[in-house]
Amino acid sequence: MADIPDIEALTPYARSLGIALDRWEDGTPIMAVSFDEMVEGRPDHYHGGATGGLLETAGYAALRAELARLEREAVLKPINITVQYLAAGKSRTSYARGRITKLGRRSANITVEAWQDDPARPIATAVMNVLMAEPSG
Amino acid sequence: MSEQDRKFDPAKATAFFTGRGHSGWLGLRYSDHGDDWVELELPWREDLLGEDGQRVLASGPILSLMDMASGMAIWRAMDEFTAIATLDLRVDYVRPAREGASVFGRSQCYRLTRSAAFVRGLAHDGDADDPVAHIQAVFMKIAPTARL
Repeated sequence: MADIPDIEALTPYARSLGIALDRWEDGTPIMAVSFDEMVEGRPDHYHGGATGGLLETAGYAALRAELARLEREAVLKPINITVQYLAAGKSRTSYARGRITKLGRRSANITVEAWQDDPARPIATAVMNVLMAEPSG
Repeated sequence: MSEQDRKFDPAKATAFFTGRGHSGWLGLRYSDHGDDWVELELPWREDLLGEDGQRVLASGPILSLMDMASGMAIWRAMDEFTAIATLDLRVDYVRPAREGASVFGRSQCYRLTRSAAFVRGLAHDGDADDPVAHIQAVFMKIAPTARL
């Protein structure tokens, strides 16, 4: 499909944690992580940090996809993230999808949602600001 | 309250929590604590980097470190171990962490109510006066203890 850009959606950290690109929906990458001990906090539940890592990864992936579509090159640097934990992440696969709410010249504002069984019932959401620096060299 | 009267020992609890699960995978270690704060250490690891081609720790592990340090700070301030859940966590990444350095996450529980715990903290890579990140978070007690 023409609207799927060729991007590296995963950082070394995300690969390490077992996050993977699950599928594309409307030109947006859906990221997923299966439940295993690496993401577990209290028994049989996701650690808040792992859920946050999935949200951040989906946010960056959405931004990389949009930049690739616009043929813009940038080095992405985190400014901040605010995560809202809405429901406990249970012992099954979690998904996340980012949406670019504002793409500026130097920074992007991204909202992200994570869910398990039903995208309409998110387990966590996040708002992120990401700095887009000029590639050096 | 003197140290001997305290029930919740952050050093022992860290060893318990980091033996497995997400914290164990990250390799979190106990660093320091006070009456209402706990500091944990996230050792440098090659496989926790952010963008390819840059030698900078990803932001995700810092979020996990601060979530864990915040939980420990709350248990320390309550001086008991009850189930809590993160409600809201904000991280401001003020500068990249130095390559090869451990990152220390220090969180303080500055207010406890019957059902909520408020924390603030910072992450640094050796000098707490020059942080790499600041955080603010609210946790909820999952099963509120009656008449706390």
